[in-house]
Amino acid sequence: MQIIVSGLIFGFVYGLAALGLVLIYKTTDIVNFAQGEMAMVTTFMSFVLLSQLGMPYFVAFALALLFAALFGMIIYHVFMKRVQTSPPLNQMVLTLGLFLVINGIAGLIWGYHPRSYPEAFAGDPFQIGSVFITFNELFMVGLTFILMLVFYLIFRYTRIGLAMRASSQDMVAAELMGIKVSHVFMSAWAIGAVLGGVAGIMTAPFIFLNTTMMMDILIMAFAGAVIGGFISLPGAVVGGLIVGVYENLVSYYIAPELKMVYTFILIIVILYVRPQGILGGPKFVKKV
Amino acid sequence: MKRILGERKLYLFLLVLSMVIFPFLVGQSGYFMSLFVTACIFVISAMALNLLVGYGGQISVGQAGFLSAGGYAVAILSQKFGLSIWLLLPLAGVITAIISLVIGLPAVRLRGHFLAVATMGFGLSIPQIALNWESLTMGYNGMSVMRPPWLSGDLPFFYLIVVTTLVVAWIITNIVKSGMGRAFVAIRDSEVAAQATGINVAFYKTIMFVISAFFTGIAGGLYAYWFGYVSPQDFTILTSLLILGMVVVGGLASIPGAVIGAVLFTVIPHFTDAFIGVTNIVIGIAIILIIMYRSEGLVSLVNHVRVPGKDDRVKGGV
Repeated sequence: MQIIVSGLIFGFVYGLAALGLVLIYKTTDIVNFAQGEMAMVTTFMSFVLLSQLGMPYFVAFALALLFAALFGMIIYHVFMKRVQTSPPLNQMVLTLGLFLVINGIAGLIWGYHPRSYPEAFAGDPFQIGSVFITFNELFMVGLTFILMLVFYLIFRYTRIGLAMRASSQDMVAAELMGIKVSHVFMSAWAIGAVLGGVAGIMTAPFIFLNTTMMMDILIMAFAGAVIGGFISLPGAVVGGLIVGVYENLVSYYIAPELKMVYTFILIIVILYVRPQGILGGPKFVKKV
Repeated sequence: MKRILGERKLYLFLLVLSMVIFPFLVGQSGYFMSLFVTACIFVISAMALNLLVGYGGQISVGQAGFLSAGGYAVAILSQKFGLSIWLLLPLAGVITAIISLVIGLPAVRLRGHFLAVATMGFGLSIPQIALNWESLTMGYNGMSVMRPPWLSGDLPFFYLIVVTTLVVAWIITNIVKSGMGRAFVAIRDSEVAAQATGINVAFYKTIMFVISAFFTGIAGGLYAYWFGYVSPQDFTILTSLLILGMVVVGGLASIPGAVIGAVLFTVIPHFTDAFIGVTNIVIGIAIILIIMYRSEGLVSLVNHVRVPGKDDRVKGGV
């Protein structure tokens, strides 16, 4: 039970990161490999605000997310906007290039030593039934849950959400209907970066702050997104949760070092049975 | 036409000549020969990946897994059974090709980013398996590989690698020109249309992965022999990304492109390694600039100089 609950808690973080990936993909058709590195930079920003400028946790948190949104917009404006109509492989490789550059620059600025990162709430774990939970973990789950709900509602019921869905279906038609597609895409990148940043700040206390911290998270988020179908927002969360629980079960019953291998097997099996992911719709075979 | 063909032969001749005299140009310095060998290994890997990405339209972010598999195949078999190098190099390719079925079979049903993530998982898993299957791979310590006595000198082995690279390049060029190569391109351009013209899409997609893995496995075997040592950290996910970067930067669906990309990305670290972290920045910037301003790859610069339209390269992207 404890294992499943801990798995779920991590699953929420993966789900959050996956949500960012899926949101960007669903709206702009770009698979963002730099997502993890953008989140890493956001986490470092919050760390600088927190420990070097001595700001309170939540102020630093909010400012870091603001930074993440800006960062996402800049990435979109400077790089992604120009390749919006290029073949998918080019876009993907461009985000890989960004991945290398961001990682390298972060390494130059902040060095390569892992640092410890504070939790939002300190405190001993307490018991519910047979499960131990800390306040911090509760905060993590609660925050993730609220964020997911907010973004889901935005996507579903607001004008900007409608514009996002329209642009994702047909860029040209959306533009003709008077939607500023570039603004919509920019906001998708901003939101995606914020979601990734939250995931980064949430995981930093567990795995130490360093320039490679988001690699594993990103991969697990990808796994979650793929399992969920890559175009479904609830699917991303469900996929993230599945990966989180599964990973924890593997770590406990088989071997913690092999969790990557088993996650890979899970991906292969699920995709072999259902190539469009669990909640993925038929968004395939566009052209002949 | 005649003139261009002549030119191409001239280029090839100069390339081979420079490969042959290279060790003497650098005074047989171990460092520069290793750099050159690394370039050769990446040239083979990039050409093999290009078959998959450029011609076949299948994205793979797990190419480093094949390199590791090839290296370990050589290391394990030579330690356990002491087989000769002539048997081991092809065997490294065959074993890697068999391993590639793990990814090649599901790949039949996957597309685009699903395939990218599945292959990425593969590339990440191989080093993990090598690290943890200690009875077979000696885990963290890595394994040493002995060259046969008559190849123990660097110079003969250097030429073996050069010859292998040229042979692989020749084979891949011919695969691309064969019916199989055209089937790959047809699948890339439209799976539905390819199927309609009677191409067995599932078969060719699997065979694409098998061929690509075969050559990459041989490259991994060469690596193991040259450096005499394999470890789980040799080929990480970054290597996979770099090889993909080489193919895209050099030029998709172009064999000279793969060569240019591989050589460029091997030479860049030579100049930037003095500063930690700068290598990735420079390579990243190179990738970004080329995608943004020359999305056909560096090879398009060369083609630009030549008479346009006379090139037998198969055009197009994924």
